Amino acid sequence: MYDFAYHKPTTVADAVKILSADPDARPISGGQTLLPALKHRLNKPTAVVDLSGIAELKGIRREGDKLVIGALAKHGEVANSPEVQAAIPALAQMASTIGDTQVRNRGTIGGSVSNNDPAADYPAAVLGLDATVVTDKRRIAADDFFQGMFTTALEPGELLVAIEFPIPEKAGYAKMRNPASRYVMAGVFVAKTKSGVRVVVNGAGPGVFRQAEMEKALAANWSADAVAGIKQAPDELNGDIHGSAEYRAHLVTVMAKRAVANAG
Amino acid sequence: MNVVTPFEGIGASVKRKEDLRFLSGRGQYTDDINRPGQTYAHILRSPHAHAAIKGIDTTAAKAMPGVVAIFTGADMQGIGGLPCGWQIHNKDGSPMAEPPHPVLAQGKVRFVGDAVAAVIATTRAAARDAAEAIEVEYEVLPAVATMEAALAPGAPAVHEGVAGNVCYDWHIGDPAVNAAAFQGAHKVVEFELVNNRLVPNAMEPRAAIGDFDPTTGDYTLYTTSQNPHVIRLLMGAFVLQLPEHKLRVVAPDVGGGFGSKIFHYAEEAIVTWAAGKIARPVKWTADRTESFVTDAHGRDHVTKARLALDAEGRFLALHVQTLANMGAYLSTFSTSVPTYLYATLLAGVYTTPTVYAEVKAVFTNTVPVDAYRGAGRPEATFLLERLVDVAAREMGMDRIEIRRRNFIPADAFPYQTPVALQYDSGDYEATLQEALKVSGWDGFEARRAEAKARGKLRGIGISTYLEACGIAPSAVVGALGARAGLYEVGTIRVHPTGSVTVLTGTHSHGQGHETTLAQLVTDRLGVPLAQVDIVHGDTAKIPFGMGTYGSRSLAVGGSAMVKAMDKIVAKARRIAAHLMEASVEDVEFDRGTFRVAGTDKTKSWGEICLTAYVPHNYPIEEIEPGLDETAFYDPKNFTYPGGCHICEVEIDPDTCQVEVVNFTAVDDVGRVINPMIVEGQVQGGVAQGIGQALLETAVYDESGQLLSASFMDYQMPRANDLPPVSVATHTTLCTHNPLGVKGCGEVGAIGSPPAVINAVVDALRDFGVRHIEMPATPAKIWGIIHAGQRLAAE
Repeated sequence: MYDFAYHKPTTVADAVKILSADPDARPISGGQTLLPALKHRLNKPTAVVDLSGIAELKGIRREGDKLVIGALAKHGEVANSPEVQAAIPALAQMASTIGDTQVRNRGTIGGSVSNNDPAADYPAAVLGLDATVVTDKRRIAADDFFQGMFTTALEPGELLVAIEFPIPEKAGYAKMRNPASRYVMAGVFVAKTKSGVRVVVNGAGPGVFRQAEMEKALAANWSADAVAGIKQAPDELNGDIHGSAEYRAHLVTVMAKRAVANAG
Repeated sequence: MNVVTPFEGIGASVKRKEDLRFLSGRGQYTDDINRPGQTYAHILRSPHAHAAIKGIDTTAAKAMPGVVAIFTGADMQGIGGLPCGWQIHNKDGSPMAEPPHPVLAQGKVRFVGDAVAAVIATTRAAARDAAEAIEVEYEVLPAVATMEAALAPGAPAVHEGVAGNVCYDWHIGDPAVNAAAFQGAHKVVEFELVNNRLVPNAMEPRAAIGDFDPTTGDYTLYTTSQNPHVIRLLMGAFVLQLPEHKLRVVAPDVGGGFGSKIFHYAEEAIVTWAAGKIARPVKWTADRTESFVTDAHGRDHVTKARLALDAEGRFLALHVQTLANMGAYLSTFSTSVPTYLYATLLAGVYTTPTVYAEVKAVFTNTVPVDAYRGAGRPEATFLLERLVDVAAREMGMDRIEIRRRNFIPADAFPYQTPVALQYDSGDYEATLQEALKVSGWDGFEARRAEAKARGKLRGIGISTYLEACGIAPSAVVGALGARAGLYEVGTIRVHPTGSVTVLTGTHSHGQGHETTLAQLVTDRLGVPLAQVDIVHGDTAKIPFGMGTYGSRSLAVGGSAMVKAMDKIVAKARRIAAHLMEASVEDVEFDRGTFRVAGTDKTKSWGEICLTAYVPHNYPIEEIEPGLDETAFYDPKNFTYPGGCHICEVEIDPDTCQVEVVNFTAVDDVGRVINPMIVEGQVQGGVAQGIGQALLETAVYDESGQLLSASFMDYQMPRANDLPPVSVATHTTLCTHNPLGVKGCGEVGAIGSPPAVINAVVDALRDFGVRHIEMPATPAKIWGIIHAGQRLAAE
């Protein structure tokens, strides 16, 4: 890796100050994406701002009909949190399947959602549960937050502080892992929320997206059979050495069925 | 001492002596070694598959902090190229094309990863920083990334002067006899298949440290090698022109080789040569990305085959045409793999009277390809065992019955095949029967029905295979083009108090030799295992041996040890005879005790050893003091392990993922020294075979970029990809080595891939599939099921 300055602020304000002053500074939390990129010299930040000392970013709590998860919550913490397990079991279950034990003990929800890797898990839950992304500056609805591959509504220097998940009536998630990387090759998150039924596809396309036809079908009839006959169009999906866009499109239907069946 | 411990000798599942060191993190690998004043090398590599180097500007890089030296091809012009160890001849008798293989690129790069410059600096990071400051002007040339592209008319030449990118066009067998046998056949089954290209991915990446002592002129190379003496000979004599007595090669603990650490690599020569130039030690350690693009890859065949059968399903003739990818340069033993380690195996376990094989080796702009666990034999076995399954189906015969009908019977040994080899022993019916029993073959249809009720497609596959290993009789391989002898050597050093140090020319890089070879000593001399140490991997300590590959360590190296122990026992009996005032003929030796036959007069092993080194009462005129012996053993033949692998899979028809639910391996590896280690070796081999069959493949794009160049895209088997593997052995002894051993290192990787694919094809039997190429990924299977469903719908 190249040389960089290292900062470890203890408040969000201090972190934002450093990041705003230097467009080439990068925040780091669990480091599960940034560190490998640094080691491979694929990224050359002037400074790395370690967020792990900021207490405001930590914690998982129930606030009325919402679950608020701090940006620094590790996947393992989300998976094992009694609050999450009780309120949104699908979210805990999702967290328990991210990467491996080592990844789950380092990677954070804030890092994953800010990075918006199309093959990541969490963006599907954030969009599927109609969550709100809370930053140091504002509140962003999930529908506005994800803007395609590795792109979000976050502005330079803006820091994700927490995510507020409205507690759904039901939610479920199913995914097929990429056989090599074990990232998501095609996944579907389904939820029955106050704002309606949501079906979100991850892994298969260049970013998370809502599957309108499936949402409609599930709104009318919440059952695996309702989505079994709905085919995802392959046009916008990814194709690579692990599988064609057509195969991923097929998996979307399979995972949608399983997500509904899993939903609790 | 001299308490004979029957639980430590041949046949005992002794726990591995080396494991305390490995499992507690105390192994001493090449990268763990640091020499005073050490510098670090970073190799600047080609980003292009094929390009002319128009200029290299190192000015800025040389001025970077910490840089000690930068070398390019221009600095190494007087240095020899990396040699190829096996010369193959074309059908017309002319020798193969053998283009130069420069240590650092000379004016041209031929694959992504080709070495362009070596930066030596005081830290690894400084070397890498400076490498980024080197300016190389490339003129990118059209590349050939596949054999198809390389063989196309007018294809760009990988090497000037190598017509059509063909390294050799070789054959074995009698084409006229073969063609005649196809006439009048009841049926000819035609079949094409690919043996997928693999990246070895040993856990420990390659590393090398060059060290030079300017006061003596002595060079030392520490390297991740399976065969330090071979490296010393190749690098010393052919590349750097260093005499053996001035060059020591040390291969310390090595974290897996699987063949990829047999070969002499450019980095070994670079660090040794550079250490001499700068008079400081130079260390190089590959990162994983470098491993992907510089460790020799494995397999990569495209084959067309025709099998002639009579009406009863007896094989009449086999004709095989194979294209074998060599990559951009000839790696050390690359040329032998698709010829003498492949085509000679095409009789398999069957009585096919005539086999004719044609093999064309092709240069491409890819990483060199060489031996990888099994080396040629997995390719032959995959072809045969798929072909036999296809033939059975097309003949309407049972898969087991067609195999039985063609087996070489147990009473037919020694058996001369039509492709040069003479098998000494085997019992294919016995291993088949045992595997059928262990796997519960007869109950399969019930399991299939039960799986179907759960919505799963279940299939079962079998492979009955054989391999040739214990490489090899020197005279035979010499006649076939090998540029090395393939004997092995062992020195047994008996110490005055009776403990033993063995110096072996073989090399352990995970196989457990420190245990298995010690068990031979315990068994023969009666010395407790704890008092036997195995030394290997250092040319300054061990006699000139050929190293470890081709499952040869026990069959060849162990046999050399037996010969040396025979000499020791003979001498020790003479000493015992003197002490007990008996004639030598009357002195018996049985594991630690010398006895005058028929009497209660005995001397212990320890007494004799002490006498040999403290020769006060000693027949000094007749016998030299001391009790060290060395023996070289040149095998009379290859050894021929074989057996039967049965695989059971379930496919999820929705995701099309394959789960291996059961795997049975019944192998005949000859006499088993340590059953636990054999089981581990077979399981490891099966894991690699399942990896090849279902998961792994190296994929290049058209421009010659390796797309699967990291674990993000190259799927190594993980623990949860693997089933419990039931391992059993059925022994027929090797008839020509003193231990009766055959070898177990490769059987798992050889027998398993066709068993897996046969099971996958069986699971998909309702979808009209004839063959599925490895790896049988979910996406590929989906394609088959989807096409089948579409067909059914139409």
